[in-house]
Amino acid sequence: MNFRPADDTSASANALEIKGISKAYGRFPALKDVSLQAKDKEFLALLGPSGSGKTTLLRVLAGLEQPDAGEVRFAGEDFLSLPVRRRKVGMVFQHYALFRHMTVAQNIAFGLTVRKRSEKPSKSEIADRVAHLLQLVQLEGLDKRFPSQLSGGQRQRVALARALAIEPKMLLLDEPFGALDAQVRRELRRWLRELHDRAGVTTVFVTHDQEEALDLADRVAILKDGQLIQLGTPNQVYEHPATPFVFDFLGQACRLPGVVSGERLRIADWETAAPEGAPQGAVEVFFRPDEVEFAPADGQGLAAQVLGVAQRGPDVRIDCQVEGAPMELQAHGPSLPPGVSPGQAVRIKPLRPQVYAAG
Amino acid sequence: MNPTIRLPGLAPIFLALTLALLGVLIVLPLGVVFQQAFAKGFAAYLEPLTQPDALHAIRLTLLVAAISVPLNAVFGVAAAWAIARFEFKGKSLLVTFIDLPFSMSPVVSGLVWVLLFGAQGWFGPWLQDHNIKIIFATSGLVLATVLVTLPFVARELIPLMQDQGADEEAAALTLGAGGWTTFWRVTLPNIKWALLYGVLLCNARAMGEFGAVSVVSGSVRGLTTTLPLHVEVLYNDYEFVGAFAAASILASLGLVTLVIKTLLEWRHSGELSASRRH
Repeated sequence: MNFRPADDTSASANALEIKGISKAYGRFPALKDVSLQAKDKEFLALLGPSGSGKTTLLRVLAGLEQPDAGEVRFAGEDFLSLPVRRRKVGMVFQHYALFRHMTVAQNIAFGLTVRKRSEKPSKSEIADRVAHLLQLVQLEGLDKRFPSQLSGGQRQRVALARALAIEPKMLLLDEPFGALDAQVRRELRRWLRELHDRAGVTTVFVTHDQEEALDLADRVAILKDGQLIQLGTPNQVYEHPATPFVFDFLGQACRLPGVVSGERLRIADWETAAPEGAPQGAVEVFFRPDEVEFAPADGQGLAAQVLGVAQRGPDVRIDCQVEGAPMELQAHGPSLPPGVSPGQAVRIKPLRPQVYAAG
Repeated sequence: MNPTIRLPGLAPIFLALTLALLGVLIVLPLGVVFQQAFAKGFAAYLEPLTQPDALHAIRLTLLVAAISVPLNAVFGVAAAWAIARFEFKGKSLLVTFIDLPFSMSPVVSGLVWVLLFGAQGWFGPWLQDHNIKIIFATSGLVLATVLVTLPFVARELIPLMQDQGADEEAAALTLGAGGWTTFWRVTLPNIKWALLYGVLLCNARAMGEFGAVSVVSGSVRGLTTTLPLHVEVLYNDYEFVGAFAAASILASLGLVTLVIKTLLEWRHSGELSASRRH
């Protein structure tokens, strides 16, 4: 089941190496033998539905959870033997976990003020650093506010500044945009990516939002039920999902049963070239609802009956009946593809079908 | 906030009933205490309070509270922390045991110490041999008070700490803080008002406790009588002005507690679990 891409990098380029991590809560296995790597300064997304173990894995990296088995190395160092406070990871919690009784400035300075006397910067150095970070997260002038007096987006940036204050070796973000509304999310996303590129730290972030992961990350690790299903660049995982689950999770999916024999894929009465590496025999065929070509009823493709069409912003939704099952297809508007109108029989050709062994 | 719902015709009846009961059961007796205390004038009020026995009772009450309240505060914080932050076997049993003094008669809380440390108790002979006095002595009063007031601080802190979660502490750890630093700089500031609230209620109970301490005290005048016991002793001796004068101190203490409690609830309601529970 586990799909791992060919090791295209030498081991030394991997800043973070996670090997065979397992963790169970009582009888519930949260992580099952998870192995993955992140390169230096890489932006890695842990993507999965709730209960997939992504947050547990992040907390293992932070040192807030001890795994039952496995190994975590960062820059060659055995991370699991280090206590939380010596790992120097900057963690941003899902609900930010700002210190509610401290001002913004005190929150950001916290990591510096708790250092040993010999390593503690002077008061003016701390003040300078806080001012610099406030500028970096664009919160100048809010230093004397308390967390309760900030908006969600502002709190998130304070949390980020606080994590960056300790000059972390690695940044860990737990659903960094989870509690924000769509508009703020999108703005912060770009900004966070720029910040990561400028700060130059390896970053691991957890999300259940596939769009966010694909948009932000250098590489995406997809988890399900505590297992790593696929690890790859956003393009790799989107174009070549390793399993039906990944296909389904990364976007809308249309599915039909089919049969592969030799080089040919057969769906109902239509035959086409099978994708490379397709399994033989009964398969499930997956394709995206917008990666479809329409043809007249006497042309090539799968027989379909158009039930209705609806304009959906820039796209057009086309409700069809394909092989006796309802299917929602999409075309890019504003005009309908030629020959498509309600009540009309057409033929459809999935442009890039993915096939998986049935069952 | 719940929306108000009016049940036609019932509101005036319930209101009148409540006010009548409050008047008869609380305001009236409280008024009587002060009226009786001052019945023979201010000088007569002060006189019994300046008696050596009375002064000793006041000092003893303060001493017992000064020992048992901090003990309970420490216990309460430790227990609440353990319960709110860790999963362990027997956790619900521990929570139940913390509540036990609330549901048990205070007399029993006194009797257990007599059973353990009294002359005929399990450790009685050993204590006698080593010349240690617990029953009929200050240490017994402290033990009985600690047991009775055990739940106050813990009960106040547990729901609050469970509600706040451990994320801030986890954040402090990732930022490089050690265990103690995290406790002093993150945990304690977050619970300080709730802790104060619990300590306040605990203190009121500690100073006013009668049942448990009366069992272990033996009511030796000028030696083991706390203020509430002193009131009883005077009353039984028909020294009504003295009894009510002492009672008025306890009543005032209750009123002061009430004022501070209300202030806390008003200013820091968000940080008290009590205001959410009630």
